Amino acid sequence: MHSDGDVSASGAYPRPITIAIVALGGQGGGVLSGWIVKAAEAAGYLAQSTSVPGVAQRTGSTVYCIELYPEAAAKRVGRDPVLALMPMPGDVDVVIASELMEAGRAIVRGFVTPDLTTLVASTHREYAISEKSALGSGIANGEAVLTTAREQSKRLVAFDMRKAAEDAGSAISAALLGALAGSGALPIARERFESSIRAGGRMVEENLAAFAAAYERAEGKAEDKSEELSATPIAPRPRSPAARAIVDRIEVEFPAALRDVLLVGARRCADFQDPQYAALYLDRIAGVVALESGHVDTCLLARECARHLALRMTYEDTIRVADLKTRPERFQRNLEQLGARSDEVVKMTEYMHPRIEEIADTCPVALGQWILRSKLPKTLLSPFLKKGRHVRTTTLSHFLLLRTLASLRKIRRSTLRYKIEDARIEDWLQTVLQTAPSDYDLAVQVARCQRVVKGYGETYERGLKKFAQLMNALEYLRGRADGASRFAALQEAALADEDDNALKEELRKLKSPEVAVSGQRAKC
Amino acid sequence: MAERSFEKEIRKLRLGAGEEFSGEGILAVTKALLQSGVSYVGGYQGAPISHLMDVLADAEPLLKELGVHFETSASEASAAAMLAASVNYPLRGAVTWKSIVGTNVASDALSNVSSGGVKGGALIIIGEDYGEGSSIMQERTHAFAMKSQIWLLDPRPNLNSIVGAVETGFKLSEASNTPVMLELRMRACHVYGRFISKDNKRPDFGPGDAMENPVRDLSRIVLPPASFVHEKEKISERLPAAIDFIKSRRLNEFFGPENTELGIAVQGGLYNNLIRALEMEGLSDCFGATSLPLYVLNVAYPLIDEEVASFCAGKKAVLVIEEGQPDYIEQAMHAILRKRDIQTRLLGKDLLPMAGEYTSEEIRKGVTAFIREWGNDLSRLGPRRPGKRTGESSAPAELADVVPPRPPGFCTGCPERPVFSAMKMLDKEMAPSHVSCDVGCHLFSILPPFNIGNTTMGYGLGWAGASAFNTESRKRTVSFMGDGGFWHNGLSSGVGNAVFNKNDNVLVIIDNNYAAATGGQEVPSSQPRRPTRSTGHSIQNAVKGVGVKWLKTVHTYDVEDMRATLREALATKEKGPKVIVAEGECMLNRQRREQPIRNRMAADGKRVMRTRFGVDADTCTGDHSCIRLSGCPSLTIRDNPDPLREDPVAYVDNTCVGCGNCGEVAHAAVLCPSFYSADIVRNPNRGERIVARVRGAVIEYLQRREQKRREYYAF
Repeated sequence: MHSDGDVSASGAYPRPITIAIVALGGQGGGVLSGWIVKAAEAAGYLAQSTSVPGVAQRTGSTVYCIELYPEAAAKRVGRDPVLALMPMPGDVDVVIASELMEAGRAIVRGFVTPDLTTLVASTHREYAISEKSALGSGIANGEAVLTTAREQSKRLVAFDMRKAAEDAGSAISAALLGALAGSGALPIARERFESSIRAGGRMVEENLAAFAAAYERAEGKAEDKSEELSATPIAPRPRSPAARAIVDRIEVEFPAALRDVLLVGARRCADFQDPQYAALYLDRIAGVVALESGHVDTCLLARECARHLALRMTYEDTIRVADLKTRPERFQRNLEQLGARSDEVVKMTEYMHPRIEEIADTCPVALGQWILRSKLPKTLLSPFLKKGRHVRTTTLSHFLLLRTLASLRKIRRSTLRYKIEDARIEDWLQTVLQTAPSDYDLAVQVARCQRVVKGYGETYERGLKKFAQLMNALEYLRGRADGASRFAALQEAALADEDDNALKEELRKLKSPEVAVSGQRAKC
Repeated sequence: MAERSFEKEIRKLRLGAGEEFSGEGILAVTKALLQSGVSYVGGYQGAPISHLMDVLADAEPLLKELGVHFETSASEASAAAMLAASVNYPLRGAVTWKSIVGTNVASDALSNVSSGGVKGGALIIIGEDYGEGSSIMQERTHAFAMKSQIWLLDPRPNLNSIVGAVETGFKLSEASNTPVMLELRMRACHVYGRFISKDNKRPDFGPGDAMENPVRDLSRIVLPPASFVHEKEKISERLPAAIDFIKSRRLNEFFGPENTELGIAVQGGLYNNLIRALEMEGLSDCFGATSLPLYVLNVAYPLIDEEVASFCAGKKAVLVIEEGQPDYIEQAMHAILRKRDIQTRLLGKDLLPMAGEYTSEEIRKGVTAFIREWGNDLSRLGPRRPGKRTGESSAPAELADVVPPRPPGFCTGCPERPVFSAMKMLDKEMAPSHVSCDVGCHLFSILPPFNIGNTTMGYGLGWAGASAFNTESRKRTVSFMGDGGFWHNGLSSGVGNAVFNKNDNVLVIIDNNYAAATGGQEVPSSQPRRPTRSTGHSIQNAVKGVGVKWLKTVHTYDVEDMRATLREALATKEKGPKVIVAEGECMLNRQRREQPIRNRMAADGKRVMRTRFGVDADTCTGDHSCIRLSGCPSLTIRDNPDPLREDPVAYVDNTCVGCGNCGEVAHAAVLCPSFYSADIVRNPNRGERIVARVRGAVIEYLQRREQKRREYYAF
């Protein structure tokens, strides 16, 4: 328990206590700074705070500056202290960061110094637009921030304060205040902070609960209760002979290094179609394993193939989507995510926009091809396909419609989409198999290359186009020492922007003779 | 402001003599106006002075008691023109805006009022939006003060000094018949502090008295020959009067020891930063007792030649700390010293950055360089102060690359987002157009993820900014304008101009019911809510009234319709200006209004429905094209729960307000079937409960059957 510090006994003039709150607009930094000012005034301090709202209020990052000075000391001098309006690098006692990357930003700005600064930071992430809009994964390296935070601060109080707040039904500002109070960095008693919250008069109980939870975490009395996600797949419990056969096959026929990923992959294929489909999956991987003679301990190529093949074979066709959308697990998960109470009625609506391609895909091959080729079906169907459909899954008629679509699983193998996907998969696997003997690392990259194919509709088609461009580029890479790394770079470029500018540039460099020559020279 | 209440603030405005006021700087200014017996107040909102306008707009009863006329001006020009009331009458008036932009708009009226001069005190409260966090071009208001001869106060940033500056500002204005600007930087407007109040003062002479006893003085009207006389008067009468007042009232302050070799002259507004910098170097304590003499310019213009000369004379060197450029003060001080042949070396921008904000850190660097260069005998500086701290961060430089930038963006559920989603989709279809932007939240379109927009030329000037592109071309241009900009001047400068010049391009007016970017103030087309304002005037009628024939109204959240309308406007054979009014209420303000009502209804057991969106993680493939068409803060990402996938999946967090944009975009762009919306009904009625129960039971039965099959084959 921390109590008010003795502000009258100190000898010479004390220096002001300097506090910086780094937050995102809308996170309640202003409320938090108001609470701290109130608590400090009650504890006998002169307080000054300031901020720069404006555009930063709209999701940008912003700094609140608070300075405290013992009133008794000021009275002795008979003057008001001159307090700063902006934190000065190297002179900040407490930095409160409402998010992990904002803590990073405070460190970059020099607000956090090892001799002085207590850093109170929430470790949760509010992803920036650059991270969210990446075509692949653009998430910034949080570990790098935490490591530096540990090294650069005098003391670090870091945990997921958003969660602490959400668990209490409150906003993060209350948890930040609790963590600040619990850190003991300010000579202000716990009750002062709590009185500030009470005086605010809004959501008092929830805020106090979040405050208390964070206070205890910051004091080190409570442990993190959040569970670690287990990475190992659930142990198999096959009931049918067909399922048992799959599990046995994985155990017997495949190297130990592959079993976990094969189990997940085969399970996914069986869930998508049936156990025979999972068997086909294993057959295909067996072909790759045969090439792993030199890499039995890691089986890197087979692992990558196993992972991507499973995703590739369980492509998201209309049948699959209808199936997933009507599953009980999904209903349950959504209810939890929505935070719906049991006495509330929840009505779910899906946003689906089938195109003529999706209809043809779900038809038997000949019919599907005819639909795509001929004018008549387009004329007949297009009025129904102009607008997206609102499918109300929680109504009986729409639920049954989706279930009927899902039941087409039985004829999936005869559909146009199956035929097309099957051929694409075989092509890709053949390329992997052909590449591996001469350039194992390049083959691994070819296996990984599937990740550029994602999404639905036009997004999916764009992905296929990129994939084809990458496959065509292979001819320039075979036999080159840097083939694998160049191919990896091409994939990164393919995921760099939507308009393919980076990919085009990389491909141009690859194909243009001058660059090739200079590349040769560099090797010499 | 429409959707927030300022009761607490208004209580503070009522404090009487001896009571302690605590609050923000700009609210202290508001209180100081009432204490000074102001008769009328006007202005145009914008950070950092919005709060003054918002609070007074809600303080009708108090203003009535005091006989103060307050109005939210249509623009800064309207506000500045209001000062005309002080030309002939002993009326104290104050106007306020965000600068530099507002001063630009106001400059015509400012030139007029400063030419004829004023009888009653005229105070212009300037929110100087310069430096970190600023949303506008970086220029100095100082130039306007000089060219129009308006005195410029730049007080030390504490509440006592600021409040004092309001009161002396009026007196200075009256003593010199010149309008006075009170410049407050961003953080000074928002600084929280305390001061002891005085009683509010009801003016002896009000606008009504003036109306009943009109005064006409031809010599005050700006037309030759009076205008020539005005210029001479400024020099021969008003300036000397101001200098006398400033000197005799000691508006500028001198701190620290005398007779030392070095000295520092500083703008009042930078005083606190300077003290902190000196403190860090051991040259001051935290009460401002410095080892160096300081000359604090609480009046930034005019300079008092004698003060400058006497401060500098006998010193080896003086450092001028003046924020922004050009370095008007430094230049003027050089001229003063040169003319008097004073050999003191003057330094300023040679040691401090020419451009940019003067933070304590920047000032510290400048002061250190100054001392290093000129203070070879530091013992003569007087005693060094204790309390020096030298924290130094040794964080790796690479960390700067790890931390992602945080550009501002549209709020969760913003009705402007779907407009730009539609534009982005249309760009793929028709190739991009030249886009002329305006000022307002919609300017965020230029940032990720939309990256739409080529220029912005100022508030309300979106369409005028594209007026050169009115020739034969295969493409049309698209201009944007908000309802705020439209009423500010866009109706005439943009729409009228386009009609008159037979423009063939497209304007989208974003009508969100408020001046949203400045805090949600009302505009003439807002929904009527306040008895003191006349609102509800339709933008469409105004547009038609100036002669636009091609006019469409679209509800922004209907992305498909938005796109179709834009497509039509860009493709139609019809010649002439094309205007689309895109309607959708500002979500921030809508939530402020509706949320409390919904909460109350839910608590009372009434049926309340809320809508939330979600993404099914098992059908999301982690491509994020939905995010690239949205940028909604609540549409974010999280780790992929699928162990086979690496890329994060899209995820809608709990801040979703159910605006529907995600689903509409997924439909319009034919993105993916992963989005779902959920209508969650609190306190459902009986029929609804029964239907839900029956549906639930049948669905569960069907699901169980299918699940059994899957379980049989599972492993």
